[in-house]
Amino acid sequence: MELANIEKLVEKYLNAETTLQEEKTLSAYFASENVASHLQEYSYMFGYFKKSKDETFNKTIQLEPRKTKRKNWKWLQVAASVVLLISMYAGYGEYEHRQQEKQLAQVTEALKLLSTNLNKGNQAVASLYTYEDTVNKIFKTK
Amino acid sequence: MKQSDFLKAVLPFKDKVFRLAKRLLVSTEEAEDATQELYFKLWKNKQKLSEYKNVEAFAMTMTKNYCFDRLKSKQASNLTLIHSNYKEKDTGLDKQVEHNDSVEKVHKLIEDLPEQQKIIIQLRDIEQYSFDEIAKMVDMKPTAIRVALSRARKTIREALIKQHNYGVS
Repeated sequence: MELANIEKLVEKYLNAETTLQEEKTLSAYFASENVASHLQEYSYMFGYFKKSKDETFNKTIQLEPRKTKRKNWKWLQVAASVVLLISMYAGYGEYEHRQQEKQLAQVTEALKLLSTNLNKGNQAVASLYTYEDTVNKIFKTK
Repeated sequence: MKQSDFLKAVLPFKDKVFRLAKRLLVSTEEAEDATQELYFKLWKNKQKLSEYKNVEAFAMTMTKNYCFDRLKSKQASNLTLIHSNYKEKDTGLDKQVEHNDSVEKVHKLIEDLPEQQKIIIQLRDIEQYSFDEIAKMVDMKPTAIRVALSRARKTIREALIKQHNYGVS
């Protein structure tokens, strides 16, 4: 390809007016050994473009998403909160239960105290009856 | 659509998807994730896939959009920053050619371009799509694409000339 032609193409290239075919021509020219020195910068550009196209994606593509760690964390969070709720509920129930037992014990103790004191009173009253009986025996009312 | 048919339809352009993702996301790992993600999405929507006339253009559009989403999210911007630090090592292009340094510079120059010009340069100069195809992929008019492409090419060229002259003097 003549230099004049290349220069024309380069001008068109800068204005983005070249066709793909023309760009291929340019690429081929700038890949060759004898590039005109005043067009040297284009050989860097085309050299880079060419090399960039060689880069490939080498990993295998998976179509089904793996279970990501983030997802697991989410589940763990949900599970943890559920466990926390349940344990709070159970713990609160247990607490209530104990509180009730304590109260029951207190009430029973109080009642016991009351009953023993009542019994004491009863005995005192009983001894009063005996007194009355004796008095009645002695005086034999009617 | 069976899995084998699906793969036959979508696998041929996996490298193009990967390269576009890498152009936008910079790091290889991010680009690999993006490619993988794109194929999940395509496979999920496999019923709709036959409705599209040009699956490849559709996939490229999806890739572009996905990468933009990644770039917008903070997480990704942190990652790209980290990766651009050691990017030079893993560009992996062979070092035999003597003007390799200048060729490498082109990579950096493209990186500095605005996102849209980056995509268009990638699609046109590297993947060699026609303007009509690119128009479908980026949802722009062909004339607007030409303008952006011309601007990108001129920017790269001028920067190369500048660097070259500095190097000499």
